[in-house]
Amino acid sequence: MKQSVYIISENKPVAPEVFRLVLTGDTSAMTASGQFVDLRLDGFFLRRPISVSDWDDRSLTLYYKCVGKGTARLAELSAGTELDVLSGLGNGFDLSVSGDRPLLAGGGIGTAPLARLAKELAAAGARPMAVLGFNRREDILLENELRALGADVFLATADGSAGVRGFVTDAVPLAGAYTYVYACGPTPMLRALDAAVTGPGQYSFEERMGCGFGACMGCTVQTASGPKRVCRDGPVFRREEVRW
Amino acid sequence: MNTSVTLCGLPLENPVIPASGTFGYGKEFAELYDIDCLGTFSFKGTTRQPRFGNPTPRIAEAPAGMLNAVGLQNPGVEHVLAEELPAMAVFFHKPVMANVSGFSVAEYAETCAMLDEASQVGWIEVNVSCPNVHGGGLSFGADPALAAEVTRAVKAVTKKPVILKLSPNVTDIVSIARACEDAGADGLSLINTLLGLRLDLSTRRPILANTTGGLSGPAVFPVALRMVWQVYEAVRIPLVGMGGVSTAEDVLEMMLAGATAVGVGAANLIDPYAAQKIVEGLPAAMEKYGIENLSDIIGGAHHG
Repeated sequence: MKQSVYIISENKPVAPEVFRLVLTGDTSAMTASGQFVDLRLDGFFLRRPISVSDWDDRSLTLYYKCVGKGTARLAELSAGTELDVLSGLGNGFDLSVSGDRPLLAGGGIGTAPLARLAKELAAAGARPMAVLGFNRREDILLENELRALGADVFLATADGSAGVRGFVTDAVPLAGAYTYVYACGPTPMLRALDAAVTGPGQYSFEERMGCGFGACMGCTVQTASGPKRVCRDGPVFRREEVRW
Repeated sequence: MNTSVTLCGLPLENPVIPASGTFGYGKEFAELYDIDCLGTFSFKGTTRQPRFGNPTPRIAEAPAGMLNAVGLQNPGVEHVLAEELPAMAVFFHKPVMANVSGFSVAEYAETCAMLDEASQVGWIEVNVSCPNVHGGGLSFGADPALAAEVTRAVKAVTKKPVILKLSPNVTDIVSIARACEDAGADGLSLINTLLGLRLDLSTRRPILANTTGGLSGPAVFPVALRMVWQVYEAVRIPLVGMGGVSTAEDVLEMMLAGATAVGVGAANLIDPYAAQKIVEGLPAAMEKYGIENLSDIIGGAHHG
């Protein structure tokens, strides 16, 4: 973890209520896809945790959905604004166990961290597939980016406006055989996915957080190996550890 | 310039004490800075048995603060003695404050007796003020007779200084403070969090799974300061003042109101370096306000 000041270089809508935020700064604390950052916003006490979609030596790319006052405030900030950021938080995905045909499942804004994951898997020689679920066609995120990485992408939309009608679980059968499952999305989606997949996997969870670095026990969930902090011990947990 | 104070007979290099529940058992912060710079810290509220605590969500935003309803999640005193304290010895080389909670007078006493054996523990801070558990914590701290009973039971099993941590969620904090002093408490810490509530307008339900939670952060600082002021006038034992302290100036204000040492809580959660920054800011703040010896200003606002 590192606390540092980042500068907003881009903050623009890419889908209804969803923004892409590019931050320039010291990314040295980022070590794994699936990690997140915690942003301080003027006028709000608690930081806002947001998963990292991709990064390079000097910038982070995030996607966030306006779900409350904090993210609404964030959406108002313009390029050049400085932000106090805790970066490199959480454990991230373990790629070493993916096999050659991993399935990446994303629900809504939960698709964001799968971009970096797919990039790293592809770089390691795997051929990732993605199943993504959104409400409507206009909500679709990162489909083209994932395809550009060589991933086969299968879509589901709740209203049937793109891909198969239904949820991400309805797209899973389209993907065929897979060697491993990586997933990120709201807990109800992860729970439904868990019932629809087989074999080993890792799921990234979201939770309301206090500190984001393991001090306050505000985001603890029960697991097969005892209480775990989503912010510090997670947000990625192995499938067999998760207690629904 | 001298920042040292003495808390219940034990010297502190400075009065800054990260508050229980905001600093774990120290290791997350020791990875970021040398926590030997602190006066001490109060470790995560510990009970006789391990506790999972409350379901999530446990945290909610508030104006100039936050609500928490963690519910005393901790690994239990046996784990603390066997694992956390030996691990802590590697990165913290001062006496630590052991924060203890319980669900019966006997449980408080048993946990404190076990911690009495630990040489690293300098003070025992007895939490009779947790607002987030049922049948424990606050139920002992809201009644002078019960608070006194817990105090006597703990004093009987330890020679370490015993500090009772008081709740603001009472009609008359002074009567609780006096009852603890009369029962033999060596010090008092105040305040724990203020009971609060937030609702989610979309779901029309409480945000916290526990419905209510404890408010902390700068919003509560004036309330904490007022209670420290009142209790200082009523007792002779030293006070650890806490509640919304975020800067070195807040430390001075809390000490002028009557605190011998000062807890830093929620500030640690939004800025992991907050306690270190407060320690480092003390000399400049002292110079600005013409303070040579920090201990000279304890309760200073009460005298003409």
